[in-house]
Amino acid sequence: MLTALSMALGVMLVVLVLAIHGVVAESFGTWNLGYNLIVGAKGGSLQLTLNSVYYLSRPVENISYEYYLEFVGAEERSRALQHSIRSHIHDAQWDTIEATMSAFPGDGLGSLAGALATDTLRAQDYSELDLDRGGKFGQFTALAIPLCLGDYYGQFRVVGTTPDLFGKLTYGPSADRPYEFTAGRNFKHWDEEHSYFEAVVGSTVAREKKLSVGDEIASTHGDPEGEGHGQKFTLVGILKPTGTPNDRAVFINMEGFYLMEDHALDPPKEDEASAEDASGFAGMAGGFVEPEPEDEHDDEPPTGEKERLPVEQRQVTAILLRTVNPMVAVGMPRTIARDAQGRAQCVMPIREINGLFVIFVSPIQRALLGITALVCLVSGISILVSIYNSMSDRKHEIAVMRALGASRGTVMTVILLESVLLSVGGGALGWIGAHSVMALPAVSHAVEGRTGVPIGFLSFAPPIETLIEYPIIGPIIGNIPPELMLIPALIALAVAVGFLPAMAAYRTDVAKSLGS
Amino acid sequence: MLQLENLKKSYREPDGGILPVLDVPNFAVVEGEQMVLLGRSGCGKTTLLHVIAGLSRADTGLIKLDGYDISGLSEAGRDRYRAAKLGYVFQTFNLLAGFSALENVQLGMTFARGKYQVARAKELLDRVGLSDRAHHKPNALSVGQQQRVAVARALANQPRLLLADEPTANVDPANQQNTIDLIRQTCSDEKIALILVTHATEVSDQFDRVDRLEEINQVGVTSH
Ligand SMILES: Nc1ncnc2c1ncn2[C@@H]1O[C@H](COP(=O)(O)OP(=O)(O)OP(=O)(O)O)[C@@H](O)[C@H]1O
Ligand SMILES: [Mg+2]
Repeated sequence: MLTALSMALGVMLVVLVLAIHGVVAESFGTWNLGYNLIVGAKGGSLQLTLNSVYYLSRPVENISYEYYLEFVGAEERSRALQHSIRSHIHDAQWDTIEATMSAFPGDGLGSLAGALATDTLRAQDYSELDLDRGGKFGQFTALAIPLCLGDYYGQFRVVGTTPDLFGKLTYGPSADRPYEFTAGRNFKHWDEEHSYFEAVVGSTVAREKKLSVGDEIASTHGDPEGEGHGQKFTLVGILKPTGTPNDRAVFINMEGFYLMEDHALDPPKEDEASAEDASGFAGMAGGFVEPEPEDEHDDEPPTGEKERLPVEQRQVTAILLRTVNPMVAVGMPRTIARDAQGRAQCVMPIREINGLFVIFVSPIQRALLGITALVCLVSGISILVSIYNSMSDRKHEIAVMRALGASRGTVMTVILLESVLLSVGGGALGWIGAHSVMALPAVSHAVEGRTGVPIGFLSFAPPIETLIEYPIIGPIIGNIPPELMLIPALIALAVAVGFLPAMAAYRTDVAKSLGS
Repeated sequence: MLQLENLKKSYREPDGGILPVLDVPNFAVVEGEQMVLLGRSGCGKTTLLHVIAGLSRADTGLIKLDGYDISGLSEAGRDRYRAAKLGYVFQTFNLLAGFSALENVQLGMTFARGKYQVARAKELLDRVGLSDRAHHKPNALSVGQQQRVAVARALANQPRLLLADEPTANVDPANQQNTIDLIRQTCSDEKIALILVTHATEVSDQFDRVDRLEEINQVGVTSH
């Protein structure tokens, strides 16, 4: 019985350590990002990755919004540009529109844009832009999600982005899990009630800041102790734990992000246009550039709302890119380096992350694996010792059986079978024990909350991939769940453990062991 | 049916010396005979029974049961011989603690034939007056009851020869007489020869044949 107990404890320990190893491997491992490239400002590629994937490291420089538009299709690009042109007409109204109109009588976009460039545009000149073409890389891009970094909410990073981050991206080891919300919903591009100012937080942020849907949050600029922004965002959703860095970040609508003070490159001269003025100029703009009416898009605000910033006042920190196929991604970094001429770079985050893991995470995993092996060994030895200790009791029993006419073979078989049953039974008990521990709500919630790896009674430790490196047996043992390997190991141990007493049984001097 | 000739047995002492215990030129028991073996403590009674049962090997000499020479048998052969021909009631009972009274009785049958007859085991327990304690483990039985289980177990295989090593040493006089009666009755019912070791004169007095080991054992003569 003692043997079975020590077997159970040993197996429980081993299974738990394997589970911990599995959780570590899975949470640090090669989880699929759902995108394969990151475009950002020229600089350290690791820093860009750390910023965009982990929301870590010092903030990086930005790239122009116009460059972001090179990754979108024709429709979205021209919509963004035309919106900008319209907004300049609004701006221009307040001081120079009349003068402009008379100086350059309505002969098309070029002259208008030229005039605007003198007072509101920077070097940018809309006349040089082909409004109707798609972004240069639009055809290679399946998904492009802009990120605007730089703000903080407490110690957490604030990420200005589009609803696509949760609506179109998926996560998990094979990037097939959609983002879900424990409360509320994804933020919207524009909302009747909250305008552009909606926010979503990761599970950790919600827990640590005790946030619930409906709360208002305000970010600070630059760093955790930075100056506060006046603009408040309404929390509309709390993400389910994902085990990704998204658990530890605040996500706000990029449009709202741009409208906060300090975020616009060159603040508009007037923040708001009255409904009448805006509608008046919308009509006017139509005369120049024949835009699609804005309210054709369901996520656009009705005319008269606070205006979105025009393109040249926007910047993005990073663009998360999913290319139409993986082959395209391979050539993209070089293509973009050539195209952007120092303005932007394109990195493969998986490559950066892998490089990082080789340095930091692999040693930890190897240490854990070593501990696992050690635990296996120690449990095995302790089981052997406990069996050996029970031997003296067994000797007498064996002698009695022999005296009753049991043959050596019979006694040996009985002892061996008993040991195997005890070991396997103890092992099964230990397995159940360990998995019951994993199934404990307190444990599984804590693990899932911290790492995003869901564990339960029936979750097996994943194969230990690092074992694949070993010659010959590597490809076999590296690919099967280690808990399955425990079964033959247990039986081998049980037989070994059983053979000791069985051999002793075989050799027992019956007369001596009987006593009398 | 049992015949010993020039049987010699000595023990090797830890210091390397040799302790002669048995030197029996001649000893025989006939079919169905019931006899008592007397002797001082340490004179070699248990040793003799062990040798007869094949639990330990004689140094030299012949042990014949029903004409077969046991001393020449292999270990496995002696196991079979023990299972088929012998019943043994140990001085200390040697019941298996993990098994119930009934299972203890069945154990010997299992080894002898590969199967057991529950009916016979129950009948034996009934005969020793323990049918109501059949499913108790030994530690839930009194010493007297344990002894009776040991007797039932020894008889379970219908042996040719029953060796009983001080079977009543641990029980009160009333129980002692019951047990002796039980053993003698069963042995005569099933034509089992009996060698019973005892120190109690009130027991030995009931037997027709009483041998003193010192008289048949040459070692006892010379060394003491
Ligand atoms: N395994 C052994 N190794 C060495 N000496 C032994 C061994 N077993 C018994 N002896 C010795 O052999 C002698 C005979 O022992 P045995 O047990 O046969 O005596 P016994 O007549 O049965 O005594 P008792 O009446 O006390 O049971 C004793 O002197 C004992 O010390
Ligand atoms: Mg004795």
